[in-house]
Amino acid sequence: MCQGVRQEVDGTRELAELALEVARTCGASYADVRIVRTEEERISVKNCLVSELSRNEDMGFGVRVLADGAWGFSSSSVLSEEEVRRVVAEAVEIAKASASLKLRDVTLAPEPPHTAEWTTPIAKDPFEVPLDEKIDLLTRTTEEALRTRGIKVAQAGMRFVREHKLFSNTEGSYIEQVLYFSGVGFTVFAVGHGDMQRRSFPSSFGGQYMSKGYELVEEVPLLENVGRISEEAVMLLKARQCPEATTDLILDGSQLALQIHESLGHPSELDRVLGTEASFAGTSFLTPDKLGRLKYASPIVDIVADSTVPGGLATAGYDDEGVEAQRWYLVREGTFVGYLTSRETAPVLGEPRSRGCMRADGWNRIPLIRMTNISLMPGDPTLDELINDTRDGIYMETNKSWSIDQRRINFQFATEIAWRIKKGRKVEVLKNPSYQGKTLEFWNSCDAICNEDHFVLWGIVNCGKGQPLQIARMSHGASPARFRRVKVGVAHAK
Amino acid sequence: MLSREEIGEIAERALRTCEADEVEVVVRAWRNYLTRYASNYIHQNLGEASLRITLRAVIGSRMGEASGEGADEGSLRRLARKASELARSSPEDPELLPRLGPQEYRKVDAFCEEGTSPSERARWISEVVAHCRERGLEAAGFFSEERRALAIANSKGLFAFYRRTSFTFSASVTSGEGSGWCERSSWRKDEISPREVGEVAVRKAEMGRNPREVGPGRYTVILEPAAVADLIGYLAPGFDALAVEEGRSFLSGKVGKKLFGDNINIASDVYHPLHRDVPFDSEGVPTKRVQLIRNGVAENLAYDRLTAKRHGLEPTGHGLGPRGRLGAIPRALVMEGGRDTLEEMISSTERGILVTRFHYHNLVDPMKLIVTGMTRDGTFWIEDGRIRFGIKNLRFNQSLLDLLNSVEMTSEPVYVSGAVVPALKAGEFNFTSSTEF
Repeated sequence: MCQGVRQEVDGTRELAELALEVARTCGASYADVRIVRTEEERISVKNCLVSELSRNEDMGFGVRVLADGAWGFSSSSVLSEEEVRRVVAEAVEIAKASASLKLRDVTLAPEPPHTAEWTTPIAKDPFEVPLDEKIDLLTRTTEEALRTRGIKVAQAGMRFVREHKLFSNTEGSYIEQVLYFSGVGFTVFAVGHGDMQRRSFPSSFGGQYMSKGYELVEEVPLLENVGRISEEAVMLLKARQCPEATTDLILDGSQLALQIHESLGHPSELDRVLGTEASFAGTSFLTPDKLGRLKYASPIVDIVADSTVPGGLATAGYDDEGVEAQRWYLVREGTFVGYLTSRETAPVLGEPRSRGCMRADGWNRIPLIRMTNISLMPGDPTLDELINDTRDGIYMETNKSWSIDQRRINFQFATEIAWRIKKGRKVEVLKNPSYQGKTLEFWNSCDAICNEDHFVLWGIVNCGKGQPLQIARMSHGASPARFRRVKVGVAHAK
Repeated sequence: MLSREEIGEIAERALRTCEADEVEVVVRAWRNYLTRYASNYIHQNLGEASLRITLRAVIGSRMGEASGEGADEGSLRRLARKASELARSSPEDPELLPRLGPQEYRKVDAFCEEGTSPSERARWISEVVAHCRERGLEAAGFFSEERRALAIANSKGLFAFYRRTSFTFSASVTSGEGSGWCERSSWRKDEISPREVGEVAVRKAEMGRNPREVGPGRYTVILEPAAVADLIGYLAPGFDALAVEEGRSFLSGKVGKKLFGDNINIASDVYHPLHRDVPFDSEGVPTKRVQLIRNGVAENLAYDRLTAKRHGLEPTGHGLGPRGRLGAIPRALVMEGGRDTLEEMISSTERGILVTRFHYHNLVDPMKLIVTGMTRDGTFWIEDGRIRFGIKNLRFNQSLLDLLNSVEMTSEPVYVSGAVVPALKAGEFNFTSSTEF
């Protein structure tokens, strides 16, 4: 029992009960209600001056119903009895309109009713840390970056989120959760020689994010790395363009995290596989006939989906359908063995229970199948050993650009920096590196994965899916890994 | 949807709750509906109503910003307290500009009272689905209705108000390995025909059956307006005067120079009848029409207040934040077109590729303006002036600087994917790899 959970949503249980009661009265065969309150603090410093400082709160409720065998959803930011009645009636009216164009009645995989509370374990509440301490760290980071000649712009930022979620459904579940996440990082821009180059730390898109408290900020060594990263950015201005070649490629963990995300995470979402994202995000090459048969990767590759891993951005007690968090394999010894599922899609595969992957981007969005934390299990060598073992290749670090086709086959990524490897040594910095490939060919060429000392759970907070667009967060654990004979440098080829 | 008077009353009450030196409030209200379909049935169907208030408190040269839902006295007082606390705890900002006084705004008529009902949205979709079922095809897409109101007010008397409706109907149709797409958006429902959307998507899907593989290479390309809109959005951040000043833009050191072909004219014009966009920015600065590119010359930039002040210029009303450090990005892009039709572009092409739209496009190099992405939903091979067959999708890596120097023909512009753009024909488009469908 966590005191904080009850306090934050006090007074809303009655509205949730009312919503379910009205739904039943209006003819819904199933209903769930989510009341969500999100608090967020954003701080950004650019060249030693605050560029963003805000505290945002977002609260409302969403009601999802099944009526006449089809879905309806409606939501509102006004938490009153009158508005609950209006919204529920609207959700049922919408569901009945959906039923006019249905293939068959929606059926849900069974899930036992849960009465539970769950809170992200944190060591230090980020909302209790004084603002001046946060601003001071960010200011000093940008100040330090600007000491490097050639750095024109230095940006550093922090982001903290606390999300209070109440879920209840007509099957008897009542779940309250408090989810935290924190983020911190910096980006520097070097300008000169008719070029501009960017470096970020510890990763792109604002840095590292985890389901942790302020302890994350204390664990990420900003000041210890800002000098090195700034020098790398300046070095890139004079560096040679990454050549067009087919060569052995080592990816750092943060880039590999995005590779996992795009080429396995999205294609294993069962709603995509079944076609419901066809018009927007796309479908998937991982059709059900491939389950348990497809040699997705080389035999050293094990990839695990895990909604329970500490620190993971998708870690929670339950998903937004009230399904308990789980851990399972997507790829085992190279074979594709698992999907990300929901209560509606699991029965299509004949699976008895949802994997608990339904999440919504706030109270005003319907839950969709979203990636949970998906990680590549570590192997044996150290990064030094892997580089020593590479005769001729390229090591790439920190994502800069990404793109993949709508069935998740043809991809291209660019990173901020690369090093040429010759005879087991990093010999030269290369700028504008990119690589291109096809998913199965690429993952089957993986011949080495670094050990657990290099394993980091990298956070992604900008994953878009659905219409209206929903943004989700998740983590991908990865150590650096090597892929044989990959096409590099195509993006800038003449 | 809230009227000017109703939203003004909320803004007025919000301003009264905060006792900072200067106070600014942004009120956003919306009511949205979206019905989504795939595999010939409706699988998601949503409604949403919200009211969101952002309060900025300025104390001396410090500013704090807080936002939340709810316009009742308690919620507003809580916001005022948070914004003031943040302002007091933040460091002094020597560059912070005072809030603006009253401004004059051009009226933008973009609100239509008539909306849709869930059953009407389902009927429109049924029309497309029925058309597809008859032909053994599968349809996916959505029909959305958005109604939103936005107001900015401050303690110095500024009051800006904008209200808009937006209807979008979209269809992606698949025929085995072939696919076609069409989407229409307007502020008025009666300007959209589900029949027309469905017919275009079906025609493309049927033309694209059994696509053949064409290897990577540089090809003459005809980009339909949606494909052009996908690409020209990447120009906009480069026209941020702050990015230019900081050396982060492809235009740094090149403003006033001829970078594109003579036939390229692009403006940011929120008042264009096909845009009818917000006539002010995040600080209430009235938005000006800005001619970004004239006859190939990068002529003007977008300025936030702080950058404009440093350069002794007027801001253009494209600012991104209340502090001026996020810069300004031109919106509501309008690319001037010509008198050529899509049919004329095809008939004048010996060998080339017709692209309906792109998928998962992304900027690879902001200085060389290289963009990558995939074709999707209707990619066709043209030979001897005729569309011959559908082809498997291709990845491109294309510099927009090169593309906009090789435009040979353009059509009359239309509104699609948030931009007003023509179809265009250009040479030497760089396709770098193919995929399996």
